Order: sequence, then structure tokens, then C-alpha cells
Amino acid sequence: MPTSPSPAPVRRRRAQRGLAGAPWMFLGPAITLFTLFMALPIGYAAYLSLRTVKVSGLGLGSGARTEVWAGLENYGRALADSEFLASVGRVGLYGLVLVPTMIVLALLFALLLDSRGARATGFSRISIFLPYAVPAVISSLLWGFLYLPAVSPFYYVFEQLGWDAPTLLSSRWILFAIANIALWGGVGFNMIVIYTALKAIPTDIYEAARIDGATERMIALRIKVPIVLPSLIMTFVFSMIATLQVFAEPVTLRPLTNTISTTWSPLMKVYRDAFTRDDIYSAAATSIIIAAATFILSFGFLRLVQNRAFNQEK
Amino acid sequence: MRLTAGTRLAAATTAAALTFGLAACSGDDSSDGPVSLTFWTWAPEMEAVVDIWNEQNPDIQVTVNKQDGGDAAVTKLLTAIKAGSGAPDLMQAEYQAIPTMVSSDALADISDVLADDVAGHFPEGVWNAVTLGSDAVYAVPQDSGPMQFYYRADVFAELGLEVPTTWDEYADVAAQVRAADPSKYLGTFSATDAGWFTGLAQQAGASWWSIDGDSWEVSVDDEPTLRVAEYWGGLVEEGVIDNKPMYTPEWNAALNDGSQIGWLSAVWAPGVLAGNAPDTAGLWEMAPMPQWDADEPATGNWGGSATAVTTQSEHPEEAAEFVTWLNTSPEGVEALADISGIYPADSAGQEALGDSPEFFSNQEDFYEIAAQTASTAGSFTYGPNVNVAYSAYNDQFGKAAEARSKADFVAAVETMQETTRSNLVDSGFSVAD
Repeated sequence: MPTSPSPAPVRRRRAQRGLAGAPWMFLGPAITLFTLFMALPIGYAAYLSLRTVKVSGLGLGSGARTEVWAGLENYGRALADSEFLASVGRVGLYGLVLVPTMIVLALLFALLLDSRGARATGFSRISIFLPYAVPAVISSLLWGFLYLPAVSPFYYVFEQLGWDAPTLLSSRWILFAIANIALWGGVGFNMIVIYTALKAIPTDIYEAARIDGATERMIALRIKVPIVLPSLIMTFVFSMIATLQVFAEPVTLRPLTNTISTTWSPLMKVYRDAFTRDDIYSAAATSIIIAAATFILSFGFLRLVQNRAFNQEK
Repeated sequence: MRLTAGTRLAAATTAAALTFGLAACSGDDSSDGPVSLTFWTWAPEMEAVVDIWNEQNPDIQVTVNKQDGGDAAVTKLLTAIKAGSGAPDLMQAEYQAIPTMVSSDALADISDVLADDVAGHFPEGVWNAVTLGSDAVYAVPQDSGPMQFYYRADVFAELGLEVPTTWDEYADVAAQVRAADPSKYLGTFSATDAGWFTGLAQQAGASWWSIDGDSWEVSVDDEPTLRVAEYWGGLVEEGVIDNKPMYTPEWNAALNDGSQIGWLSAVWAPGVLAGNAPDTAGLWEMAPMPQWDADEPATGNWGGSATAVTTQSEHPEEAAEFVTWLNTSPEGVEALADISGIYPADSAGQEALGDSPEFFSNQEDFYEIAAQTASTAGSFTYGPNVNVAYSAYNDQFGKAAEARSKADFVAAVETMQETTRSNLVDSGFSVAD
């Protein structure tokens, strides 16, 4: 036997090495982008959350400010802050109002569009989805105008009819006023997700059900809803995360009313700390807390419903 | 390491370029060539004002760099200061932002390079805002916003109302307006405009911060501010004054259709009214603020800014020279007023203003009253955490105004004091007890 290896295995090995590198090449852009724009900023925020600035004396002139380690002090202060806790409570209530309404409406629209007698489905689908394409700031401005009695056509109509309209920007209704904007913008997206899942159901199941004497309503409740349950759970988790991060709507409405404070939602408090109080360190700590809470809630919920929802896929 | 001929050539070229570049840089500093200064400002048409200076001073050339507005410019400047480069030589600075910028070491103390007579050009209250009550000078006042009372003269005549000269009279007139026409209000208490309330407190004699030796003192809950809060709380509780914020589409509509017939505002009000209530041109008039003590007329400031030299400027002397020209020379001040359309802080410049703003062409003595009231502005020192106090104002007075409760108005002042003071203490500032 010759001692030198034959050319063929060498070539094969080279080819294998090329194959081994291929996944990295494909993953490269995603990993680079993720590192640059997700991991690094998150790491930097975590670092900042452990720092603070100490001022000495009057704090005027050079050298009056020094950045020092703060340990967990920022976290302790954020968790003990009554304004932060109040904002969490407010958003919890807001989520209780918003998320179920959003999912129920989205499911209802999807089922209606998918039902046998539906007409003009393309047009309806687009009209329900369109608000999702409107940025939250714009939609909040538009709704803000509609909420102000002096400039709102709704109030004008109510007045002409002699009816009493509730002041939507008062402390009593403000939660619903904000939830309404989020609902208007969010239902369309969730509806499309559920509707797509409905479209994927093979029609012979319905035929079988009809032969068995099932009505359209029974088909919807007994067949369609259980099959699209995973989509419902996904939209639920998305809506929950969006709720925890509500920001644009209350911030845009704030100048129009006395009832939205600068710390109305947790993210508004982060914004106030970072850009009004110039304290990015405690803002970073609060952001990390919100991120952790979002993570725990989403995955906790998924674990809770996993067995029930994804059974049929196993 | 062995270098190929090509690499060596490249290295030599780079080295030569570097040497040349460095020489050019250092040559720039030591030579007698013109000094160039950059100026961050958001005042309209400032380029045209600066052109006048540039023409006369070939040795000191100023370049205007347009900014979006006060808050945005401050954030940008503080970032540049933190980064160690990128800040301009000159910076337009709102009065309430000066302590924040000084605290971040962004503004240079120009007391050494400024002529002694500069201070005499401004009312004491305004000058105090750029010295923070110390011996340092951090900026030279550019424009000011003395407050006055703006009202619909036609509606006043129609309803037979007298222009109020004291706050007691203001309360009476507010009630008369409601009695005569329940769709109208004399004014509104705005919980979203902290600067407006600061002006009202300043008129009453408040100064929320002060420097006592090496410590800050916070006195938001002093008698004058409590008095102002109690007064407005009373009016809102009685329902004779509206409780909705200013600068909303609703408020604009109310000004335009005559359901808001008065506005406690500042000298720049004509511009705002012209934009928000175009249908009411020629129907408004301006009078001095209602007074707490008619024998000692006073007013507050709402808005206004100064021109500062930053700590990154390598030419503070030349910068100070330009700032002095812009804000105290008859020529500079006139250009500011005529071209840029701002109300100058310089007392002589205020008196020189002639024709009323177009929206107030029905009132000939507009600038006469403005100058007269501007000189009565009380002294007010801002602290290094104005934003904290202002956001506390928004939150606390928002709640109080919504509840329409006089007691809540007073409590709001106390919470503001507590929030502002404890924020200073927490940050490590030395704060007097």
C-alpha cells in the first residue's frame, strides 16, 4: 500500500469541510445583526443598570459628576417605587380589558370571514386589517381628536340628538379610551393570523361534519376553534407582550388631558427617568425588570397551556 | 518584517500626509487667520442676523447650525459634551435649562472675558437666571417672555366687563363671565404647562431654587407658590375657571370661537394666537398681569433664552465678543427683534420696539406695556433638576385639576417640593435642610 493518501478521500474531506462551514455562512448575517442590535444593547443596558452617577457639592462645573458602581441599588429603588407599582397595576387592568376583547373580536371576524355565507371577504379582510398599518402615534392623534368634545364629530352628533356622551378623557374612562385605540389597531393583525390558520383546515372535515348534521355554528365552535387554538394562544401571547409595553398611545394622548401622568405605564416611567430626569441608570434597571417580567409571563403562560393546546400535534 | 516596495511607498505617503495634516492643524491655531465659531440656535432667521456680524468682523466668522428646539438641542449638547467633542462654540439655552447644562459641565463661565457693563443691560431677574445667583456668568440673556394678560376686548365690551388689575378682580370677572354666558371661560388652569405656572409663582415672589454657600436650597412650597396654588385651586373648585390643558385642539378651537376669552400668557402670545385663533385677529388686547399687590406691580417670565459659550469652545473670548454684540449692542438687538422676530431681553432694545405685532394692530401701546412689565419681572433661580420639578407638576396638578379640589392644589405643591428635593439628595447634591 502506498503511504500517501489517495486523492479521492482528500477531495471528499475538503468537500465536507466546506459543508461544515455553510451553516455558519447562512447564520452569519443573522448572528451579526442580532449581536450588534440586540445582544450588545441588552448587555449595555444590564451594565448601565448596575451603575449610577454621584454628584458632589453644588454639582456645578467640571468634575462634579462621577459614574460609580451602584450594585443592585437601582433595582431596589425601582421595585420599591410606588409610581412604578401603580403603573404596573394600571397596565394589568388595561390588559384585562384589552386582551380578551381583542382575541374574541379577532376570532369572531376570522370565523365570519371563513363562514360559508360570507360575501365581499377580500374587501372586509382589508378593511379590518388596514388600521394595523397605521402607526400608533398617528392613530392616537386621530382618536385624540375624536375624544375631545369641542372638536369631535361624535360629540356633535350626540349633542344634536340630545344624548349625554361620556367624557372619554376623564379619569373614569381613560383606560377604555386607550384600550380602544390599541384594539382598533390590533384586531386586524390577530384576525389575519387566525384566519390563515382557518384556511389551512382541510374542507373534508366540514363535509363530514355536515353529513353528521352539524350546523355552521356547531362547526365553528366544535371544529374550527379547537383546531386554531394554537394560533389563538400565539395571538394571546403577542397581545400580552404588546400590553406590557404600551407606550405610544398614552404618550400621544397625554398633552390632551389631565388624567395621564408621566408614569402612566411602566415604559413611560422608563422614558421619564431616562430623558426627563436624565437618569439612564435607573431607567436601564426598570427596563431589565420589565423585560424579565415579559419573559416570565410569556413562557409561563405557554408552559401552562402547552399540553392542552399542542396535544394534537404530538 | 520585510516590506515590499509598494508597502513602503504607501507607508511613506501616509506618514507624509499625517505630518502635513498635523502641521496644517496646528498652524490653524497659532496663525492670525480668522477664528470660526459655530452657533446652535433655533431662533428663526438667525442666519441673517449673524450675516451682519460676519460682514463687519472678518476675523471672527460665525456659522449658524439650526436646531429643532430647546429640549432637543440640550440633549444633543449633553451627548457631545459626554463624548468629548462635537459641541458648538455658542449655544442658545433656555433659562430653565442653564443649571442642568452647567451641572453637566457644558457651559463655560465667561465672567472673566465679559465686559462689566453687560449686566446693566438686563433687568435683575433676567440676569440672575444666567448667573444662578453666583459670581459666575454662564450666558448672556437673548430674549425674554414677560407675562401679561391677553383678553378679547370685544367680548369684554359686549358683556360689560372691566379689565382686572388685581387677582381679586380677576376672580370676580371670571365669575361674571360664567354668569353672563355659561359657554365662556375667562381662562383655564393648565396642568401640562409647568413653565406657565412657574411664571405665575415667580410673579407672586417665588424662587424655587437658591444657592446657599455650598448647598442648594429647594423652596417650591414657600408662601408665594402656596398662595398661587390655593388661589387657582379655589377658582377651579368653584368652576369659574376651566381645568383643561392649553395647547390642545380643543383649546385652540375655544380661543378661536370665543369660548376662552382670556389668556395669561407672555409677550410672544400674538404669534400663537395668530396661528391658533386666526378668526380673532384685531379682537384681542393686552394688559399688565393682575396683581397681588397693586402698589408693587410684578410679573413672571414664561419662556426666553440666553446665548452661552460651551466648555468645548477654544475661543471663549471671541465667542463672548459676539454674544455681547448680539444681545446688547443696539444693532444686534434690533436685528434680533426685526429679523428674528424675538422679544429681546435687553432693556434698551425693548424700549426701542415700535409697531405692534400685526395680530394686535388694534393696540398701539403693545410694546410700551410689554417693556414696562418686563422691567417688573421678579428674580427667579432655576436649579439643576428643573425637569424633575416640571414632571412632578404635570402629574400632581393633573390629578388636582381633574379632581377640581382646592386642597389637592395645595397638596400638589407640597409633593412637588418633596419630589424635587429628594431627587437632589438622592443624586448626591449637597442640599440645605
